[in-house]
Amino acid sequence: MTSVNNERTTSVGSDEPATGPGGSRPGLAGRLVNRLKQLGGPIAGLIIMIIALSFLSPFFLTVTNLTNIIAQIADIGIMAAGAFLVILVGGIDLSVAAVMALTMMFTAWLNKTAGIPFVAALVVGLLLGALIGVINGVLSAYGRVQPFVATLATMSAAAGMALFITNGNTINGFPTWFGDLTVATLVGIPLQGLVLIVIYLAIAFWLRFRPWGRSLYAIGGNEEVARLSGLPVKPLKTLVYVIAGALAAVAGWINISVLDSAQPTAGSGYLLNVIAVVVIGGASLSGGVGSMGGTFVGLLIIGVLNNGLSLLHVNPNLQSVVIGAVILAAVLSDRAGAKLRA
Amino acid sequence: MVKSYAGVTVLKSVSVTVPAGEVVGLIGENGAGKSTLSSIIAGVVRPDSGTMTLDGEPYAPHSPHNALDRGVALIHQEIRMVPQLSVAENIFLGRLPTRGGRVDSRTMFAEAEAALGMVGIHLDPRRKIAGLSMAAQQGIEIAKALARKPKYVIFDEPSASLTEHETDVVLHRIEAIRKQGAGVIYISHRLEEVRSIAQEIVCLRDGQLVQSWTRGDVPVDQLMAAMVGRDFEFEHQAPEPAREHVVLEARNLGRRGAFEGVSFRVAAGEILGIAGLVGAGRTEMVRTIAGADRADQGEILLEGQLLRIRRPKDAIDAGIVMVPEDRKGQGLNLGRNSEENIVSPWERILGRTKLITPGMLGRIAAKSRAEFDIRGRMDLPVVRFSGGNQQKVLLAKWLVQTPKVLILDEPTRGVDVGAKMAIYEIVRKAAESGVAVLVVSSELEEVLGLSHRVLVMSGGRMRKILARDDADSHAVMELAVPTAAIDETNIDESNEDET
Repeated sequence: MTSVNNERTTSVGSDEPATGPGGSRPGLAGRLVNRLKQLGGPIAGLIIMIIALSFLSPFFLTVTNLTNIIAQIADIGIMAAGAFLVILVGGIDLSVAAVMALTMMFTAWLNKTAGIPFVAALVVGLLLGALIGVINGVLSAYGRVQPFVATLATMSAAAGMALFITNGNTINGFPTWFGDLTVATLVGIPLQGLVLIVIYLAIAFWLRFRPWGRSLYAIGGNEEVARLSGLPVKPLKTLVYVIAGALAAVAGWINISVLDSAQPTAGSGYLLNVIAVVVIGGASLSGGVGSMGGTFVGLLIIGVLNNGLSLLHVNPNLQSVVIGAVILAAVLSDRAGAKLRA
Repeated sequence: MVKSYAGVTVLKSVSVTVPAGEVVGLIGENGAGKSTLSSIIAGVVRPDSGTMTLDGEPYAPHSPHNALDRGVALIHQEIRMVPQLSVAENIFLGRLPTRGGRVDSRTMFAEAEAALGMVGIHLDPRRKIAGLSMAAQQGIEIAKALARKPKYVIFDEPSASLTEHETDVVLHRIEAIRKQGAGVIYISHRLEEVRSIAQEIVCLRDGQLVQSWTRGDVPVDQLMAAMVGRDFEFEHQAPEPAREHVVLEARNLGRRGAFEGVSFRVAAGEILGIAGLVGAGRTEMVRTIAGADRADQGEILLEGQLLRIRRPKDAIDAGIVMVPEDRKGQGLNLGRNSEENIVSPWERILGRTKLITPGMLGRIAAKSRAEFDIRGRMDLPVVRFSGGNQQKVLLAKWLVQTPKVLILDEPTRGVDVGAKMAIYEIVRKAAESGVAVLVVSSELEEVLGLSHRVLVMSGGRMRKILARDDADSHAVMELAVPTAAIDETNIDESNEDET
């Protein structure tokens, strides 16, 4: 423990009040409050939205509707987890939605046309997602291609391949047990919602308690500092793209189950939602800032917003306008909050 | 006026008057507040209190642009050019002359050429900045400011990257604009320059005005005394080590285009200073030892074992750590707090056996906070710390796990005097505990004061290793400068910042 005196000597002539012993850490409750404070803007926004919608629509605050929301956002949320990791290291992955569509089509094709057992086809789909992640990662980390450009290229290629496989046609007719999975609930939560929560908790744990996870913040903050600190910058950057690709494939699984079909256009319109979730959740596109908790709040905001606007019969075309406004509000309030804390 | 940053007051109640048609020389050590003062006058930062008047009218510039409109120009010590644009476009950046809605290139090039001529530079204004020497760019920077015909000009270390001849040209130019009635503030570490050009001299120390003279030809030792405030004492030398246990050995180390033929041995507890002029290859040499760049000749041995260092990780795992020259770009993750900065390289090693918990990090942070006298709140991002505090965080980062070899590159650049002493103390203690230390510094006093032996480099080659008794400033400079004529002040690199 350091004494308060240290604080005093530094604050000579400044208007900053001498705070308590900086060497000690706040207790568990204090830390929880601190973390909530960091998410202040988005959480407040979410709560206001929930309260307002509860008054505006009698259907909003019902168990059915809330489980609906979770079921609806699971695929976007899982992709957003991967996209967040990429953004955390200062990259960007534009290909996630296209990769989701491609892995769906490939899995379906393997099963229906090539006759490969369904579960094996699902696993191959996952591997394909990871493989595209490897390509993204190697291009941007080792090949020094700007991630925006590298993933723009793979996005275009993946979207094209998804259409090419069936010439744009939908494949359907999968085992019924697989479709049932996304209807089933456990303790009232749809299964895909549980998958989402497990993934978020696992990544949050990794980012907080494991060295490689923690290193992502260092890499995003200043890559050269991270390198000189002995961190394996390039392998880790590659790894996050691989995770993003694999999670896109997992989101594809959920889509196959929910739709009981694989459509090559399944992911259209997802990309902007995925990035919106991450940005509303407080991550910075320049890297090094953000948390899984924030991303989760961002996800809930997008989910509640989409659901609420539909309940209120707002024209679907106007919904994206609202989302655009929310993105701006989130980023601006984040900046104001940062100033307040500073 | 008063200016404080992140709880550290860098300027306290300073009052300065600049008469039109005179040159005021502003002197002071690194971190004395010179650059802060000039930034306030030029509208780059705003004072916390105090007022300014310009030609009798209140003057509170809210931006550099605003200051320029009022006729106050700052010629910054750092060169800020857009390399992809032409010389002329850089000079007229933000106010390109237009005719009929299009950029009037003819006028722009003609005026740019005239502006360049004023500072004695003969360059094609159509060529791009990229590829020009630092000196030429500095000249263009001056031409750019003068092209706006300001009434008051602040020169912040204009000569830091100029040769003697170029400096003379600049000084003549300043003399000429002064005679035209402009008021000039001239900031420099080179006291001879200040003496030759100034009609008044003002000295700052630790953010306060300590002394001023209404004449230019003040004896150098008086100026020095005012800057330093007291005699520089060296109590920081670690006790003479027993040279039995050689920790680090370099054999004929080299990297193409940077340096070659460097061989030395450093024992446990020994501090080897590395001196030389800017561009001598000192930083490049220590960077290869730390694995930041790869060597392409020679060998590095640690405790007698040949070491293959291909990346920083290899060096760190072997126990060789480096506090790099560029604290903000290479040393610290500015957006994170000091705790996260300190533990960052060690998480990899700690995490092999167990989970990294907040409690574990907190203990490391608390320990280093006490040990290295880090001041300021641990939960604030280090970008808000003063230079000295940032440097302490960086030292803590590399010393919290005892290394075998500690490499310091310009350890006190942009650090105030108090923190400087604290840093020397940390280095001395590290050596005493058996760490082999390499110190690269452009401040001769620092190298001589800290080191047991001094390795001098010049033009990418190792010249000689001087023993403590033979190492004085004269001997070092003689080796560092290839030609006989020496201007000792050349070694004072002055492009650090002061926040």
